[in-house]
Amino acid sequence: MADKYAHLCIAVTGLNANDNPGPGMAVIRSLRQAFGNTIKIIGLSYESLEPGIYLREYVNKTYLLPYPTEGTTVLLERLSYIHEQENLNIIIPNFDSELFNFIKIAQQLQQLGIASFLPSHQQLAIRDKEHLKAFGLKHGFRVPADYKLYSADDIKQAADEFNFPIVIKGRFYDACVAYTMDEAVKAFHRLNAVWGVPVIAQQYIKGTEINIAALGNGKGVNVSKVAMRKLYITDKGKAWAGVTIKDQKLNELADNFARTTNWNGSYEMEIMNDAEGHLYILEINPRFPAWIYLTVAAGQNQPAALVKMAIGEELLPYDDYQAGKLFVRYSWDHITDIADFQQVSVFGEL
Amino acid sequence: MKIKSNIATSENGFIFNPATGDSFSGNVMAAKLLLAMKSGKTNNEIKKEILEQYEVSADQLDRDWDDWLSQLKEANLIETDA
Repeated sequence: MADKYAHLCIAVTGLNANDNPGPGMAVIRSLRQAFGNTIKIIGLSYESLEPGIYLREYVNKTYLLPYPTEGTTVLLERLSYIHEQENLNIIIPNFDSELFNFIKIAQQLQQLGIASFLPSHQQLAIRDKEHLKAFGLKHGFRVPADYKLYSADDIKQAADEFNFPIVIKGRFYDACVAYTMDEAVKAFHRLNAVWGVPVIAQQYIKGTEINIAALGNGKGVNVSKVAMRKLYITDKGKAWAGVTIKDQKLNELADNFARTTNWNGSYEMEIMNDAEGHLYILEINPRFPAWIYLTVAAGQNQPAALVKMAIGEELLPYDDYQAGKLFVRYSWDHITDIADFQQVSVFGEL
Repeated sequence: MKIKSNIATSENGFIFNPATGDSFSGNVMAAKLLLAMKSGKTNNEIKKEILEQYEVSADQLDRDWDDWLSQLKEANLIETDA
């Protein structure tokens, strides 16, 4: 049987495989595993030193993209140019901060012949850190209490409400646990400088950190869901090692979320399981997590499933996966030549 | 009391709870007891075997057994309806 996926050209962002990695390389690895080396992977990067640009055995060619703050017009122009060169079939954006723009131009991309499988702007908004608590209250999900900080002076009110420690979170990325007012003020200024206000102060919940990677079909059903317990956490709160787990309560939580939102596309639920076994949703990220390759190892290739749904296939939900699959992340000094860096820096493509 | 059916144990004493991701390393004796419990033997059958194989008094064994079960409970490895 001819392989209908064999010559797909798939563009992927999030090639920053650094100490706080974007999901791009894990997504590409998953796609290579499912579809082999005949597919063409086009990397889309924002900076010249994103490691994925230089990992040529995974990424056939990479183009620099304009930053999300430059808006959708220049993004569409750039993607149209890339499409002329590469004849893209599918785009998989992997950053929270770029999703708004990609959703906005999804129809235009579709007209060009480039498919995607993204949530709507409305779906994106309901799980936003600013709205998550209200979403939880409305639909019966446990979400820690939060307080929006527009200035450092607001921290005192948050501290009065929650007591220390408090989790201080950037609008899009990054979070830290502050044990004192000094730490909270420092964290506020740092996160405000990078992501702007509101910075979010969130009630600290003690417990076990669990993530669920899931893929909603847009009709209230998860085609895939795989839970992972973090075993080793970096100072940025990222999992550096983790193991797949299976618990009916986690499945039900993800299924309730998909049913409530009709979520379309990939997402990651960050959960804290407290001492009483209550599952608190800390965040919902509207994209694949950086550990997505673990879902492949456990038996559910979510990026491959997303590609199939993007090109119009109806998929039956996976019914099982293997608990006890463990990932341990590692660093690696990849060697390339300054000429490659020059090529990316000067011409914006390699 | 029964070990949860989904708990994975190995002959070298490693225990993995696939529902929580918790893992534990037990000694040789722990491995032996877990395998016996998972095989469906009753507590009394297991204790009888221990008394036959090791130099331990019944009183001491009862105390150690209670301690063992409380450790299993604390580790969330026992069926809750047991």
